[in-house]
Amino acid sequence: MKSIRCPLNGPRPLLEFACGGEVRAMPDPQACSDAEWTAYLFNRASVPGVKREWWCHTPSGYWFIAERDTARDEILATYDAAELAAKAAT
Amino acid sequence: MMYRLPPVAGEWIDRSRELPFEFEGRAFKGYAGDTISSALAAAGVMTLGRSFKYHRPRGIHSFANHDANNLFQVATPSSASVPNVRGDVTALEAGMRVTAVNTVGGLARDRARFVEWLAPFLPVGFYYKAFHGRAFPRWEQRIRAMSGLGAITGNAPRIRTPKRYAFCDVLVIGAGPSGLAAALSAADTGARVLLVDENARAGGCGSWGGASAQEIESIIDRVEAAPNIELLLGTHAAGFYADHWVALVEPTRMTKVRAGSVVFATGVIEQPAVFRNNDLPGVMSGTAAQRLLHRHGVAPGKRVVILTANREGYDVARTLRSFGIAVAAVLDLRAGPGVDADGLGELRCVAGVTPQEAVAGRAGAVRALRVAFATDDGASATETIACDAVIMSVGFAPAAGLLAQSGATWQYDAALQQHLPAKLPSGLYAAGRVNGVYDHAARRQDGRDAGAAAAAHSRGRHEGIRVAKPENSRQVSHPYPVFAHPRGRDFVDLDEDIQVKDLLNSAQEGFDSTELLKRFSTLGMGPSQGKHSNLHGARILMRAREATLVDTALTTQRPFYHPVALKHLAGMGFHPERRSALHERHVALDAKLMTVGGWQRPEYYRIDAQPRSECIFQEVRAVREVAGLIDVSTLGKVEISGPEAGAFLDRVYAGSFSDLRIGMTRYGLLLDESGIVRDDGVIARLGEQRYYFTTTTSGAANVYRELLLWNARWRMDCAFVNVTGHRAAINLAGPASRAILQSFTDIPLSDEAFPFLGVREGRVAGVDARVLRAGFVSSLGFEIHVPYRSASRVWDALLANAGVRAFGVEAQRVLRLEKGHAIVAQDTDNLTNPFEAGLGWAVRMGKPFFVGQRSLRIHVRRGARQKLVGFELESRAGGAPSIGEANLLIHNGNIAGRVTSIAHSPTLGRTIGLAMASPQLSEPGTNLVIRASDGRQVGARVVRTPFVGTV
Repeated sequence: MKSIRCPLNGPRPLLEFACGGEVRAMPDPQACSDAEWTAYLFNRASVPGVKREWWCHTPSGYWFIAERDTARDEILATYDAAELAAKAAT
Repeated sequence: MMYRLPPVAGEWIDRSRELPFEFEGRAFKGYAGDTISSALAAAGVMTLGRSFKYHRPRGIHSFANHDANNLFQVATPSSASVPNVRGDVTALEAGMRVTAVNTVGGLARDRARFVEWLAPFLPVGFYYKAFHGRAFPRWEQRIRAMSGLGAITGNAPRIRTPKRYAFCDVLVIGAGPSGLAAALSAADTGARVLLVDENARAGGCGSWGGASAQEIESIIDRVEAAPNIELLLGTHAAGFYADHWVALVEPTRMTKVRAGSVVFATGVIEQPAVFRNNDLPGVMSGTAAQRLLHRHGVAPGKRVVILTANREGYDVARTLRSFGIAVAAVLDLRAGPGVDADGLGELRCVAGVTPQEAVAGRAGAVRALRVAFATDDGASATETIACDAVIMSVGFAPAAGLLAQSGATWQYDAALQQHLPAKLPSGLYAAGRVNGVYDHAARRQDGRDAGAAAAAHSRGRHEGIRVAKPENSRQVSHPYPVFAHPRGRDFVDLDEDIQVKDLLNSAQEGFDSTELLKRFSTLGMGPSQGKHSNLHGARILMRAREATLVDTALTTQRPFYHPVALKHLAGMGFHPERRSALHERHVALDAKLMTVGGWQRPEYYRIDAQPRSECIFQEVRAVREVAGLIDVSTLGKVEISGPEAGAFLDRVYAGSFSDLRIGMTRYGLLLDESGIVRDDGVIARLGEQRYYFTTTTSGAANVYRELLLWNARWRMDCAFVNVTGHRAAINLAGPASRAILQSFTDIPLSDEAFPFLGVREGRVAGVDARVLRAGFVSSLGFEIHVPYRSASRVWDALLANAGVRAFGVEAQRVLRLEKGHAIVAQDTDNLTNPFEAGLGWAVRMGKPFFVGQRSLRIHVRRGARQKLVGFELESRAGGAPSIGEANLLIHNGNIAGRVTSIAHSPTLGRTIGLAMASPQLSEPGTNLVIRASDGRQVGARVVRTPFVGTV
């Protein structure tokens, strides 16, 4: 079983986590076309590589960001979602 | 005890403790510390089992946990009969009754021996070609009866084997010279080390591989004295999983260990020479002989021939001579022995030998070895050398199973004629012979280096990948010790009786990669999983293809490395269930319980011997006529507070909540981004910045997690507390509910003081409570939310009133159906938007944003594809088919929808339901046709909901 380092709780077994999917920006619902919106809803690039994903440590209800190399099944980094917001701001 | 030697330094047996046991009905004695096989070998028993397919006699071959032909059925005075016990590694116990498996009528006179004479008619792949189609089951039965190993006794006691979790900085697998050195050097840095070895004692091959028994003892003493090394013996590292998660199988438990880094000091597995009759009892590997000699003080024979291609074979000769055992000859496959024969004096050593066949004696064991060699004058000679044991020391294969599971890549080293780990994943290290390092001092150094690197890695210092670099380039393994015989019986795989020609035929039939060859020929698929056969199989295949091993991938041995008893894998039957605060009350009321979203909920309450429908009817009638009480503690319950709590709810729920008045509730509908109905509940505003809301029972965990995710994205100024388990909830419903509740509370309950959809906080039956005025099952009803521990007080007080009944989930379904309320995930599915479910009134499309809004715009533009409608079944005569949920609506011969809810309404005396129907069928008055499960059709009519008015 994989071990994931939760930024809040430290390394915990995979069993305690749920994946919330890739971090993706929502297109502006007021401005985007139907095609853009449905592409956002239903299309995923399943290309193996480094992905930025939402993960939840379910016993503590804590969502954080994991950067995961899906080709090598390796988690490269985990950090609090606040850092994501900070990165988006800069 | 004919073959037992005088005491040997470092031996594992305790000669002061004799253990009597029985084998095939005869009495024997061994010593404590013996295995079943060594005790029998000491008594001169050469034939320990019969082979799987041809029932040929077999003896000790590897003596290293892969003698798959020495499997026994073992009964002890203290345990039931256990099948397939491995004789080469299982410790002897006093009073054991041992029989060989896979014989018909006993080991000596196995009546299934005739199968060998059928061998010409059983070519490789015979089963695949012959037994298929309709005849297969008949053949399968016959073959199973013939080939089964051991017998399972039905009266075996149930033995629970615990699972243990462990953590360490450095896990060292293998406690031979390199593993011991690795453990010590890692421990010297302060790392917590776990050292495991599958053998009963540590030391590996050290005491015959270049060190004295005393030297090994002193190293083991240091390991045992180290406070930060835990040594687990008799333990297989059986499987390697992600992030250094290793299954350790001990005799009575399994340990799942998470290691910071891992050192594989797993060593090598000696490979046999392949020649005719190389499977006879008495033909064994050099390391098997060394283990017998050094660990158990047992002579492998009295007149021994050694067939070798490396220094290790000559070491066996030296050992045998030191114990005074006659060595008839050392026969070297190589052109010349070089320095390996130094010091052997007048012992007969012959180089350039080709083995032709082993010759069986009357009892089936080997009595001679026939070989060919070049004489001094260059001519070729053959000779039959009498002997009672042939010891083969021609080469090794790495014990690579676990390393391969870990994702290591391998490269064939042509100088060493061995696969070596080329690239190891981060945090994994190989040391010793598995790493191609053979000489004792070099192995210890390799172990120390690996241990130090592993300890550094576990401290977070990634010092790069340690390169496998064997110092030792002497050839230990012969490149091709395979001598096929025209008449066969040259066994490559002893588990499955696979001969050279079987592999050649497989290749000829096109199964000419290692993976295909394995599956077609069953090479390596027996109990020893190819540990002594995969390498030779690959060699034979590559020679047939005129290719080399250098560019050949070996098959990866999957977990488990050794077969593991099912008891270690069986779980504990762990099915957690949640019980509400009122569980004991439900049990006392003889509730029929059902599982909903992990909770135990009353389906209905039994009344004496009355049928289910009658019990439910009584509950419904109580609610309609007086009042009923249902435990709704299983609802998800969440408190949200903060300046942006209302704004957050506006964004996630389809309705509007920032404009909700304090003291009021509103129905909340949760959609997903594609506009599909996901969950619903009631949202109450308790204060300016404080809301309390419920979710469905089954959606509680997911909805809460989903809301947290949305706020992790939006980072609004509000906080959530999930109080699902903290609070119990009871719904008191029915015309008398107000009067009953008023007698227990100071909250004024009149319509003016506490209007429909209001929420009040106060005391009920002396308990702090939140009361929500709800209308899910009846027009008048109060949902009372109280702390978990106080729930039974409130329940008891309310239930004590005349005419009040407890009702269960089934009655609730009928009651809400009469009210025309849909249940999310019963009346809706993963394609239902709120407009189709008749829940458009709960959606505020005019808000700036809510989850699902953008998609709903598209849904609205496209129009509904279906509508949730109420219907009544036509009154039916007896014998009409019954309609159930998911029965189809039929219109003009096509499917036009499906029934989502149906129940007999005691209030109306009719059968009513909800159906997801084509929009064209949604107008009240439309006639519907429903197809029952048996294919018959039943008429129904669309009606307006609610089915009942103000009740």
